[in-house]
Amino acid sequence: MSQQTNKSQAVIIRNAVKRYGDFQAVNNISLDIKPGEFFTLLGPSGCGKTTLLRMIAGFNTVDGGEICFDDKVINNVAAHKRDIGMVFQNYAIFPHLNVTENVAYGLKARKVPNAEIGPRVQEALKMVQIDHLATRKPNELSGGQQQRVALARAFVIEPSVLLMDEPLSNLDAKLRVQMRTTIKKLQQRLGITTIYVTHDQEEALAISDRIAVMKEGNIMQVGAPEEIYRKPANPFVANFIGVSNFIDCRVTSANKTATVEIEGKYSFKMPVRQEFNGDAILSARPEQLFLSDHGIAGTITLALFLGDFVQYEIKLENDQIIELNEYTKDTDSTRSVGEKVFIDFNPRQVSLYKKSSEEVISC
Amino acid sequence: MLGGNKKSGTPFYTDFWFWVKIIIFAVFLIFLVYPFSTLVINSFRSTKADGFTMYNFSRFFQKKYYYSALSNSLQMSLIPTILSVLIGVPMAYLMTRFNIAGKTFWHVLIILSLMCPPFLGAYSWIILFGNAGIITQWFTSTFGITIPSIYGLGGCCAVFTLKLFPYVYLYVSGAMGSIDRSVEECAENLGSGKLRRMLTVTVPVVMPSIAAGALMVFMTALADFGTPGILAGGNFRTLPVLIYNEYLSETGGNANLASAISMIIVVISLLILFLQKWWVARKNYQMSALRPPAIAEYHGVKRFLITLPVAIVTLIAFLPQAVVVFCSFVKTNYSNFVFSEGFTLEHYAELGRSLTTNIRNSFVFSTVAILFILVLGILMSYVIVRRRGKTGGALDMLMMAPYVIPGSVLGLCYIVAFNNLGRTADGTVIRLTGTASIIIISMIIRKMPYTVRSGSAFLMQMDPSIEEASINLGVSPMKTFAKVTVRMMLPGVLSGAIISWVTCINELSTSIMLYTGKTATITVASYTAIVRNSVGTGAALASILTLTSGALLLIFFKVSKGKVSIV
Repeated sequence: MSQQTNKSQAVIIRNAVKRYGDFQAVNNISLDIKPGEFFTLLGPSGCGKTTLLRMIAGFNTVDGGEICFDDKVINNVAAHKRDIGMVFQNYAIFPHLNVTENVAYGLKARKVPNAEIGPRVQEALKMVQIDHLATRKPNELSGGQQQRVALARAFVIEPSVLLMDEPLSNLDAKLRVQMRTTIKKLQQRLGITTIYVTHDQEEALAISDRIAVMKEGNIMQVGAPEEIYRKPANPFVANFIGVSNFIDCRVTSANKTATVEIEGKYSFKMPVRQEFNGDAILSARPEQLFLSDHGIAGTITLALFLGDFVQYEIKLENDQIIELNEYTKDTDSTRSVGEKVFIDFNPRQVSLYKKSSEEVISC
Repeated sequence: MLGGNKKSGTPFYTDFWFWVKIIIFAVFLIFLVYPFSTLVINSFRSTKADGFTMYNFSRFFQKKYYYSALSNSLQMSLIPTILSVLIGVPMAYLMTRFNIAGKTFWHVLIILSLMCPPFLGAYSWIILFGNAGIITQWFTSTFGITIPSIYGLGGCCAVFTLKLFPYVYLYVSGAMGSIDRSVEECAENLGSGKLRRMLTVTVPVVMPSIAAGALMVFMTALADFGTPGILAGGNFRTLPVLIYNEYLSETGGNANLASAISMIIVVISLLILFLQKWWVARKNYQMSALRPPAIAEYHGVKRFLITLPVAIVTLIAFLPQAVVVFCSFVKTNYSNFVFSEGFTLEHYAELGRSLTTNIRNSFVFSTVAILFILVLGILMSYVIVRRRGKTGGALDMLMMAPYVIPGSVLGLCYIVAFNNLGRTADGTVIRLTGTASIIIISMIIRKMPYTVRSGSAFLMQMDPSIEEASINLGVSPMKTFAKVTVRMMLPGVLSGAIISWVTCINELSTSIMLYTGKTATITVASYTAIVRNSVGTGAALASILTLTSGALLLIFFKVSKGKVSIV
């Protein structure tokens, strides 16, 4: 199969809108997806990610705004003329066709000469390691094998854009990890612009070049996995990607440095991107917190030994429960329930948001 | 240009389906709604009064000759319904929970006896138990006892029960197979004995299916023309028979009274249907068996004892078919079979001489009807499942119409609506009645629901993303419909169409109203032969029906592979 980097296109979405009656499923979304990029739409169910993907595929109308492939507006191009590969959540393998016929289906529709179809199908099957199943019927395949057929069928047509709608959600945990590596390697090798929908944050972090986190039809943040994890733009992203503890605090700032005060008992300084005085939310992940001889006071209420780390639940003096992970390699023993401890952290790692608008203050 | 000018979720190919909907609605409007409305209007008119009048209805309820038919019809529907439940439910229980010997064989026989025309059963019972019946005469000559007459209500009830209990059996055994084992185990665990568990857990859970089966029994018995027609005897009249008689006596008139009687039947059917829906809606238990119920394994004498009741019931139900086929080879003397003189092919030779038209009619009409049913059924299933829109509900309702409007009523509808469509230049009346087309159309309208139901059931289980995958791979929506959707619906549609076909061939109550000499079918010829006591020809014709139905059902089992329910 030829390398396709030169063929893959940018996907540009400008103010896209999808309405169902009064409900805005997709609310003025704009995205700029680069040629060859692995881009993920991530969010909880009902956030509009699949709706947006289906708008790109042509299965949903675009009720406002534009969707472009490179500089060509495709709003009114029929679904079957968009030259897109798509992998569906339930694989959508044609049950009456065998593996080879399934993969050849799109090539036949494109009137590729018969002499060419055979080798191309063979090579595609080889790439997803199912060339030995070429004559099987779908009902003789496992879920993982069906997924590979779906994948081969989508990229064998050398589409300019590849769409994937929760392709791994029906697989068991182990297979899911294995398949996402396969997909990632394949995408890197073919260089097809790929838009991937998932609600699984770990999967999104592992596989994507960039991620758009969505909520209720809106984009909450767009960025590289590490950026989204380390610098979540708002509490929603902070808690959706991984887990975060939210602690109420008061902020006074001057010269891009904030003094953060928690319950009037513990205070620290951290760099901020803008001046702000008032109520704020401190967001810290369980692994960003550590036990110390000073910091926020609390009592251990639960200690779960999980092998590589210990997961503590710590009750603060205001009764809020904080989750904290301590790596076994960093300590010699597990603390016991009832023990009084202090929680501390590196102020450069945690995030700070305005309480009213949830806007990010920290750098 | 911005998009968003179309309302539907799926753009670009709404036009074709828009026209499909228009055509489907037009067909039903012209051949169901319009004739039925004409019938309704007709029932409020009379030659005895001007304008709209209740004359027909008041006449019906004043004269015992008429209203006794109503009470007869109700009894003749209700008693078999109760008896069918009493036989069908235990049969379903035995067949789903025990290792009955020859299970598949009995199952096929039960379905076969359901699919043959009811009047044929009536005819068999006359051969056996009629005034000059084989068993009657044997009893009289051997014991000097006269066995009770099978003419009238009793005979009709017996025939309908044996013929229609399969409905209850089929619905209930389907439901019993889908009760999760744990539900009953739980009841047992809570201390219920076997019988108690059956009565307090199993039966209530399958109650909606019992109700569905009972509804089918009631509606079929109420609407049936042939059985009471043959077993009428003396003063036993039912509503469909009355409609036929009134229509015949009013020929040339407007069949006003017949229309009024039709209205009464339809109203009763509607009431029963709503009653059943309302009752089921209140107690619908959704269940999908994770672990199907255990099948008790018995051996030796015990297994024989469990199989025995199943075998007896099934064989009695199947007896009419066997008797008719057997008798078609027996010599006759005027109107009686003469069993002492060996076998003959005379009756079949007679068919070859004078009744080839009827045989050809049956096969030509039903084949043409089935082709239309296939095409319309595929399109309609697709519209109902994938493009419901605002009209989906209306289509569902049209699909219920054949259950509510008995065949003879539809026949009458066509007569009042299409008997006079104006005159040609030279003065001849243009009419659809008496033509082959009208019989074919009535078959399409009444029998299509079987196809639509199994087709849409298949489509509903098919993931829409399979069609989207095809479109996505570059095949246009119309081609995708042909290459993928139709291909995948095919087992469902074909098996439904076979059932439609069987019922078309066995159809009597509409064609008896609409036929002329040239368009009489096997059922009509067989029925008239029986009524005229030309018993040999009747038996030979009925045997052709039985064998054809049997052959089609075998094809059905092959095509559906057990995935399509027959009811």
